[in-house]
Amino acid sequence: MRWIRKNLVVFAGVLCLAYLILPNLVVMVFSFNKPNGRFNYEWTRFSTDAWEHPCDVADMCGSLGLSLQIALYATIGATVLGTMIAFALARYRFKARGTTNMLIFLPMAMPEVVMAASLGTLFLNMRVPFGFWTILIAHIMFCLSFVVTAVKARVMSMDPRLEQAAQDLYASPLQTFLRVTLPLVAPGIASGALLSFALSFDDFIITNFNAGSTVTFPMFVWGSAQRGTPVQINVIGTAMFVIAVLVVVAGQLLGSRRKARA
Amino acid sequence: MTHDSSGGEVILSGISKRYGAFTAVHPLDLTIPQGSFFALLGASGCGKTTTLRMIAGLEDPSSGTVSLSGEDVTALPPYKRPVNTVFQNYALFPHLDIYENVAFGLRRRGIKSVKKQVEDMLELVELGSMARRKPNQLSGGQQQRVAVARALINHPKVLLLDEPLGALDLKLRRQMQLELKRIQTEVGITFVHVTHDQEEAMTMADTVAVMNGGRVEQLGAPADLYENPGSTFVANFLGTSNLIEAEVTGTSGDDLLLVAGGQKLALPTARCSAKTAVGGRVLAGVRPEKISVAHRDDEDSIADGRNRIPGRIVDSSFIGVSTQFVIDSPVCPELEVFVQNVDRDSRLVPGAPVVLHWNPAHTFGLDAAQDIDAGVQEVEAA
Amino acid sequence: MSTVTDRPPAPPETPAPVPAAMRRAAGRKRRVPYWLLLPGIAWLLVFFVAPMIYQASTSVQTGSLEAGFKVTWHFATYWDALTEYYPQFLRSFEYSAIATVLCLAIGYPLAYTIAFRAGRWRNLILILVIAPFFTSFLIRTLAWETILADGGFVVQTLNQLHILDLTSSLGITQGDRVLATPLAVICGLTYNFLPFMILPLYTSLERIDGKLHEAAGDLYAKPFTVFRKVTFPLSMPGVVAGTLLTFIPATGDYINAELLGTTNQKMIGNVIQSQFLRVLDYPTAAALSFILMAVILAMVMFYIRKAGTEELV
Repeated sequence: MRWIRKNLVVFAGVLCLAYLILPNLVVMVFSFNKPNGRFNYEWTRFSTDAWEHPCDVADMCGSLGLSLQIALYATIGATVLGTMIAFALARYRFKARGTTNMLIFLPMAMPEVVMAASLGTLFLNMRVPFGFWTILIAHIMFCLSFVVTAVKARVMSMDPRLEQAAQDLYASPLQTFLRVTLPLVAPGIASGALLSFALSFDDFIITNFNAGSTVTFPMFVWGSAQRGTPVQINVIGTAMFVIAVLVVVAGQLLGSRRKARA
Repeated sequence: MTHDSSGGEVILSGISKRYGAFTAVHPLDLTIPQGSFFALLGASGCGKTTTLRMIAGLEDPSSGTVSLSGEDVTALPPYKRPVNTVFQNYALFPHLDIYENVAFGLRRRGIKSVKKQVEDMLELVELGSMARRKPNQLSGGQQQRVAVARALINHPKVLLLDEPLGALDLKLRRQMQLELKRIQTEVGITFVHVTHDQEEAMTMADTVAVMNGGRVEQLGAPADLYENPGSTFVANFLGTSNLIEAEVTGTSGDDLLLVAGGQKLALPTARCSAKTAVGGRVLAGVRPEKISVAHRDDEDSIADGRNRIPGRIVDSSFIGVSTQFVIDSPVCPELEVFVQNVDRDSRLVPGAPVVLHWNPAHTFGLDAAQDIDAGVQEVEAA
Repeated sequence: MSTVTDRPPAPPETPAPVPAAMRRAAGRKRRVPYWLLLPGIAWLLVFFVAPMIYQASTSVQTGSLEAGFKVTWHFATYWDALTEYYPQFLRSFEYSAIATVLCLAIGYPLAYTIAFRAGRWRNLILILVIAPFFTSFLIRTLAWETILADGGFVVQTLNQLHILDLTSSLGITQGDRVLATPLAVICGLTYNFLPFMILPLYTSLERIDGKLHEAAGDLYAKPFTVFRKVTFPLSMPGVVAGTLLTFIPATGDYINAELLGTTNQKMIGNVIQSQFLRVLDYPTAAALSFILMAVILAMVMFYIRKAGTEELV
């Protein structure tokens, strides 16, 4: 009885984790379903059809490719711009610092639908044609703040003496940046970039307002919720989940191995 | 850029540093001769580290110039100056192993074959087997040696050390003091060493500059500073001093005659840094270990011509090589006396009446207008 | 022999003699942060701030898509939008407030477990918290349609435990259905934004020194008192950040209401979306999103001031 009381919080935690994971398990299980109708909500019978023919659904793999492409470019753009801002904020004292901090914070404190509608209104009135570029512009915009936050925290926790030591040891400012600063800030940049990729790949609301007739993967899923959900979207969802977990676990193992060897 | 160790003379002229309204270093002229082991000693915030950083080029001076072996380097960035620094807490690159840390400076100067030099340097600091470890896998003492190796491998004209032993425990610190002194003698490079530890400065340096409030209070060889402090700050910061306020009554030969609390004292005129006139005031100082203690009953056996002060023992503590007494006297309520434990007098216990006496030649004189306690707290804080 | 002389300090009005080269370098250095900021801030100004201002002006325009829109300072749009859509506004704040409280209640034990009780499982659990992100959240939300399906395992269990009777009497479910009720929408919102609550909570809990628990345990003895007096106050930055990161996006969300609810559960996001993409009434869409923005910002400012946390960025 005392043991149960002592571990109550752990039980609650495990229940919470189950709540988080349950939909993923359902998605996984239903990727092996062969539904009778157009909707994949009820279990009918086991089949590996969808896994064998993932791209059989019209336009799905095209939209997936587009989403990956946009996520990649948005990540690069947001990471470069965000890292620059993070360095400026972490390293320098300048007049507009408070305003800049506010400007970085606001996009994170704004419901997506507000940003989506306002940016859409602007593009519409400027007669900018909706499509790939408007989506990319929007994605870089909302990923930027997250990169700044991740990188800035890392830069600020870095000992400034390390860069001074590099300068003292004949490294020019550029060499100092490439050989010392960048490798030390890299984990912050990597986590900012990873977050950008995930946010951009998964974004629906902002994309929906700024895509015109272009269809990204989340928009494809949205459309299929109305028209009929192919099993293949579960295949893609499951595959992404498994790949992501494997990559992270492999990274962790590699990291701990390196630590153990050194 | 030449990398022989010759000509490592540092000349600071009129160098100062201000941060807004705060002046960290007042305009300062200082010449550090080639090959010397020079210490900047002072409490935290006295401007010693700022001075060092201006030599390294890590801080731009507000005025004045820095020159290294006759060349003005004031406008040169740190990576173009032939000086290297051992940083406080070492600042070893955490993402590079020991080998690459040591090789860093050579590689930045485009030297391709670094293997032999790095290995030799690691042998010199006895870390050959640690070459492939990361800094966080080393102990504090080992990290300190890597920091020294990383700087020395570049054969700088001047090696700057910023509190290099501050993070080590006492025993290791003693050991590294001797080690650094040995390395300096071996390589013959000018060392400029910043520390708040007066013992460390006196053990290692040929010349010590005592800094206080952004100015150099006094500069000289350790023994000279200790024996002839020029200010109450130096007298109290370097070791301990008993400072007695006295009135000048006249002169006798080479001595000034003083009266303090009714007692007559003598002070060699040459050892008094203050301007004196009959009737004026002066601080008479004497180091605790120069004073002898006699029980009041033995007063007659004290030789003539010695300075004497009667008093009463307030406290005594036995610390092995010596016994420390605190004496209450009419001239000063807390005189400190260190007596070597050669023949211990069992009558010298708290409460016992005593007579303190010392050779007048061991007395020094300071300007009485100064704060008598300057430099006392700083020692405790550091 | 070394020499030293003290110079009197230079009078403040005379500029210090600094070499010209150094002064130029200092000037360059002062401009560095602005060059670093320029591209990113320009991006935000053009694609974030400018649209907001533009939207404000759109909200007071009248006209039609064919004839074009003109600024006529038609503030009546705001009044009309509010009178027509205030139920959706209220519902949005109600649902997202409940979801935020649920996220905090459910997420705290997990964050606490990861931070203090997980031991070598810590990294694995963290991965499991983040991993769902990689399956498109639309797909995961659709999975709730299966989980909460009528007559399914979950609904049957809730029915047998008479929980549905309770929620029905509260008006958040109807009969023995969960899907297409407020409960389903709230459940979906809670699920979707739970990681945004757990991660900041974990970050701030992880910073707490385990020895503090021991020290507090030593002084207070009772575990719950330790939590109330030490752990929870120290995790306050995480609570603030997590609450904001959950509440703000949940208020503007329209996916859960669309996929798991009916027209009776529509939130303000649904209205803005349909005004913008279907009705093509841009002034109304702009006015609604402007009101939403203003309310959210006011609440955020109030909350931050009240909870008194330091820099958020």
